[in-house]
Amino acid sequence: MSTQPQKRPQGGNDDGAAPEAAATAGANAQAQKRAGELDSLLDEIDSVLESNAEEFVKGFVQKGGE
Amino acid sequence: MDRRVIGVETEFGITHAGGTHRGLPPDEVARYLFRPVLRWGRSSNVFIPNASRLYLDVGSHPEYATAECDDLLDLIASDRAGELIMHDLAQRAEAAMAQDGFDGSVYLLKNNVDSQGNSYGSHENYLIPRTTHFRRLSTILLPFLVTRQIMVGAGRLVPATDESDPHYAFSQRADHMWEGISSATTRSRPIINTRDEPHSDAAVHRRLHVIVGDSNMSETTSLLRYGATDLVLRMVESGVPVGDFELENPISAIRHISHDITGQAAVKIRNGGEQTAVDIQARLLDRARRFVRENGAHHERVEQIFELWERTLQAVASGQHAPIERDIDWAIKKRLLTDVAERGSLPMGHPKLEQLDMAYHDVHPTRGVFNLLAAHGRASTQLQPERIQRAIVDPPATTRAALRGRFLSTARAMGAEHTVDWVHHKLVDRPLDALMLKDPLSAEDPRLDTLLGRLGERVATLSEQTLDQRRAQEVPLALSERYKLGHPQELAEPPLI
Repeated sequence: MSTQPQKRPQGGNDDGAAPEAAATAGANAQAQKRAGELDSLLDEIDSVLESNAEEFVKGFVQKGGE
Repeated sequence: MDRRVIGVETEFGITHAGGTHRGLPPDEVARYLFRPVLRWGRSSNVFIPNASRLYLDVGSHPEYATAECDDLLDLIASDRAGELIMHDLAQRAEAAMAQDGFDGSVYLLKNNVDSQGNSYGSHENYLIPRTTHFRRLSTILLPFLVTRQIMVGAGRLVPATDESDPHYAFSQRADHMWEGISSATTRSRPIINTRDEPHSDAAVHRRLHVIVGDSNMSETTSLLRYGATDLVLRMVESGVPVGDFELENPISAIRHISHDITGQAAVKIRNGGEQTAVDIQARLLDRARRFVRENGAHHERVEQIFELWERTLQAVASGQHAPIERDIDWAIKKRLLTDVAERGSLPMGHPKLEQLDMAYHDVHPTRGVFNLLAAHGRASTQLQPERIQRAIVDPPATTRAALRGRFLSTARAMGAEHTVDWVHHKLVDRPLDALMLKDPLSAEDPRLDTLLGRLGERVATLSEQTLDQRRAQEVPLALSERYKLGHPQELAEPPLI
């Protein structure tokens, strides 16, 4: 992760804002990583499910139990 | 009771899909599923070496009833072992069906409702003292069970009906309960079933049969479910004041609560006023904490259960579910459905989401959606996988189950005809020696040693098989032989003269 001071998108010359911007960038990167992980998990789930969801659901019929 | 026997019976949904033709109906798949069981025990209703019961129930539901457990983690391990046992059978059924020309996959779902609204259960059994005052029990336990779903419900995407849009509910079972307390199960499902089959000394114990619960996938949710219920029972048994939350109409209350995921649904209390499920549970939690402060914790997970209980109530009350999204079944599933719906811009009642609701409960270790979430750290666990593997073959060590397991495995190894159930142990050739074990909390009984001794001196040559040796046997692991008979020469030389 970059520790270089970064400029705020809208400019501004307040030095105090730099770490905050870096933190935001870090958080964004984190969020992106999480979103990527979620994407690949959802892809994996997609790949194991029966492709015809409606048919699977309608076909799942039991007799009552107990 | 400080030591209490608990057991859980799970009915699984079964389906066959993904082949070139329409899937086989559930009863035919169930027949394939139980082929190895039938071959092993000449019946589709057997006790297996881990002392649990495996059977085909009403309506062709494969069912697994855990052996008697006096430890919450033993119970959860045995229940999880049941999922793996079903998976093993499903794999074998799939292969056998393929040989007969039926391709496709067999699905075993540990859920409680099919696409047409048929329901099947997850029944809890708690051993309680016969002296427990039943009226007191029901006035405290019923409101607890009606409101417990906000913590331990498995969650359900309820399809659209004439009256309501598709929506997410806390519970799978809430809509299928018709009475507070009664002796029926299929005809009119009651929350507490009074069928009094204690499977123990009826003068001392009673078996509380609770049929309102959802089947849980999460070990953490299971811990809260059995742990909190046991704590409430302890308070009932001790006679301490627990407060009055008796509901005016438990059945309308259980549905009302289930269908309001905001947790704001208020239900009428018999003595006047309205309360939410969170109100009632928070007061019970408070009482339970006070009870444990005064009487001490009876096992080492009590604090963990309190923490989960409180955190879950806070999450429901605040509508901020993130703190329980790895721990509580309905919240884990809701997070997933939300993620999938957002990614694909799917409306609430989309078939894909209904499919996911079902696939969450698929017991397949690498296809079941709950198992995938757990593998990716999106669902917490309480048990090491090794412990669950062991529970496939080992009876719980601290209850009567240990004796049953030893009896049936020894009789099998000796080739002795025998019958066994929760209480009875009989060698067919020695009917007069039949042994009744009426104390489910006792893991030792010299009479069992005497009975097994009657099988002949070669009993002494039996050696216990390792897990690997048992895996190498052809039958499903759960049905593998525990003992191997030694060579007669292994017996000590008889003394001369």
